[in-house]
Amino acid sequence: MSDTPLLKVKDISKFYGSRIGCRDVSFDLWPGEVLAIVGESGSGKTTLLNCISTRLLPTTGSVEYHMRDETYRELFRMNEAERRFLMRTDWGFVHQNPADGLRMTVSAGANVGERLMAIGNRHYGNIRATAVDWLERVEIDADRIDDQPRAFSGGMRQRLQIARNLVTGPRLVFMDEPTGGLDVSVQARLLDLVRGLVNDLGLSAIIVTHDLAVARLLSHRMMVMKDGYVIEHGLTDRVLDDPREPYTQLLVSSILQV
Amino acid sequence: MTDLATYNFAYLDEQTKRMIRRAILKAIAIPGYQVPFASREMPMPYGWGTGGVQLTAAIIGPDDVLKVIDQGADDTTNAVSIRAFFQKVANVAVTTRTEEATIIQTRHRIPETKLGPNQVLVYQVPIPEPLRYLEPRETETRKMHALEEYGLMHVKLYEDIARNGRIATTYAYPVKVAGRYVMDPSPTPKFDNPKMHLSDALQLFGAGREKRIYAVPPYTDVVSLDFEDHPFEVQRFDKPCALCGAEQVYLDEVILDDKGGRMFVCSDTDFCEDRRAHGHVGPMLAPNGLAPNGLAPNQEAAE
Amino acid sequence: MATPLVVSEVFKSFTMHLRDGIRLPVVADVSFSVAAGECVVLGGPSGIGKSSLLKMIYGNYAVDAGQILVAHKDRITDLATADPRTVLEVRRHTMGYVSQFLRTVPRVAAIDVVAEPLLARGVALADARQRAGALLAQLNLPQELWQLPPATFSGGEQQRVNIARGFITDHAILLLDEPTASLDARNRAVVVAMIEEKKKAGVALLGIFHDEEVREAVGSRILDVSRFSPRKSAA
Repeated sequence: MSDTPLLKVKDISKFYGSRIGCRDVSFDLWPGEVLAIVGESGSGKTTLLNCISTRLLPTTGSVEYHMRDETYRELFRMNEAERRFLMRTDWGFVHQNPADGLRMTVSAGANVGERLMAIGNRHYGNIRATAVDWLERVEIDADRIDDQPRAFSGGMRQRLQIARNLVTGPRLVFMDEPTGGLDVSVQARLLDLVRGLVNDLGLSAIIVTHDLAVARLLSHRMMVMKDGYVIEHGLTDRVLDDPREPYTQLLVSSILQV
Repeated sequence: MTDLATYNFAYLDEQTKRMIRRAILKAIAIPGYQVPFASREMPMPYGWGTGGVQLTAAIIGPDDVLKVIDQGADDTTNAVSIRAFFQKVANVAVTTRTEEATIIQTRHRIPETKLGPNQVLVYQVPIPEPLRYLEPRETETRKMHALEEYGLMHVKLYEDIARNGRIATTYAYPVKVAGRYVMDPSPTPKFDNPKMHLSDALQLFGAGREKRIYAVPPYTDVVSLDFEDHPFEVQRFDKPCALCGAEQVYLDEVILDDKGGRMFVCSDTDFCEDRRAHGHVGPMLAPNGLAPNGLAPNQEAAE
Repeated sequence: MATPLVVSEVFKSFTMHLRDGIRLPVVADVSFSVAAGECVVLGGPSGIGKSSLLKMIYGNYAVDAGQILVAHKDRITDLATADPRTVLEVRRHTMGYVSQFLRTVPRVAAIDVVAEPLLARGVALADARQRAGALLAQLNLPQELWQLPPATFSGGEQQRVNIARGFITDHAILLLDEPTASLDARNRAVVVAMIEEKKKAGVALLGIFHDEEVREAVGSRILDVSRFSPRKSAA
């Protein structure tokens, strides 16, 4: 077990004027750990995710990342080129709507291969072989490699988005409601895929979801947010089975049993 | 002639020329980088070479000799018009001979004759942004150039290979300049790309509608993008020019009659004339006489 | 380590905020230990907090006060105050848990459910699956079922998958919550034998056994949880 956290989030707050997006959030994330950020609409979870992943500039606070060269860098002190490079290689971001995370008019193979080409891969055969490999890993038929995502179902698009993000072997993946909008059977398949990949690749992940079952299945730790604050956090099964805060108890008890 | 009819030398006012020259200097200092400039209203509409004309107007002097070509030919309407324009507003010497020109303004071709250190090649450019059709947002493409993020360019080439088995782009083939910026060489055939590399001449590119100027200084690396296992290749022609017999030059197809007769001839008209003047003949002008539309024309039609 | 598990002065109550904040005390001042090689049986009437106690020890429930000391990697770790990473590490290396109900993950085959704790320890897939198969065979789970996800299994079949998963590693501490509840006599005997094997191997076992026969067979001693009940009479 490594002793250095991969990500150190300190006192992140985001204000929109006087409105609180999120407030005073701090946590560390270790390699191989999956953290779920759970809450209802308006809880601030997506704001928090965007702040941590540097898509939004927080009002206060810092985020430090343990780079591959073993140094810690404060993400908001990096210049844009470095941040964009990080986003393309060491990080992944899976959007809720796969169309936001894919190039819809370019083939599946090119979607998966783009990051490789962006970091300098110049061998068509190898790029294509890697793309085939990844399509198979996310359970997309390899013979769809030249089809455009426009011709894919929602579940397939989402799996393609995951492949596109993982092809450069990132160490940290952000996911914003990865199963939102998918049919239930499709969700199950996707969650299992994500679970398997996270395990096999030793990924760290921060997953925003309003679905507690997703948190239960995928995450080691969980943070519950309400009105911009983290009101409870801890081991996922502990928070779900022994919720202490009133709001958490409300959330957990509101799940309909099938 | 009244005062109304007199033009400032080369049509543009001196302040405008100064502005354009500044843009040119900047472009030369940053090879391949698209420098925005305040493109002026010219007496021809956008899409008719206003970018090239403004560049020429900004650099031309009374001692210059101007050649204008359009798809390699000196005698098409556009070439003739632009040449006449500069004759009128600058009263400069004009020529069709590549070796004699000091400034060559071109639309979509580079002359076959190798250019020398005292020559400037001015290209007319429609869309200067090589990434435009992949990424329509100007904000994004500017960032990509600034941060040297050119993965998307290779995505386009990848798509070509995936769809066509090979890189199917045959003109406006993207190049990397001085190892830094990716540039659109204008819609010249990819056949001409190698001529841009380490050229003795200065190459200037102007897009009037898009308001951008870029440049490749002499002796600059210009490398066409490709994949290791799909290297850049120029077009090959099976047959030589029907008129002058030149090989390894870019050929145009000319329809001879309505029976399917055609011939392939040098796109660069000056080059072809020059060769014929030196006694080279192609299959079409074979010594056993000819009438272009009487002789079995199909036999020399290059496939 | 002679005494891998020590529970000291543990208190727990539930506060039901959805019921106007009613406070339900569960256990008070729990102190006991489990030695290596012994199987301590948690006794007491239904609802007295036996299951809850196991869950507290596993870290699934929080405690209000007290310590849960576990010998983990040559150190003593207090699970009551440990951070989530540490708890997970303890679960991975030192402490196993056979729950009462198998919570199934969609699409994962029974044999892989069982093999998973070994994979988490770095054992190769083929080896892990082989050992999983051996355990499932020992528990008489038909081989045709091994490649199927357990969601559609019967209660007894699911329980056997659960048990195999809990017993497959060499964890120093094993917590068992009604492991034989849905089993027939033949398989109960198998589980008893497995528990005996663990005892011989020096594992510290703490379990709830509804079945008296099993309790007699495996229990080294009985710990009556009513001693720790804040409600001195049964619910």
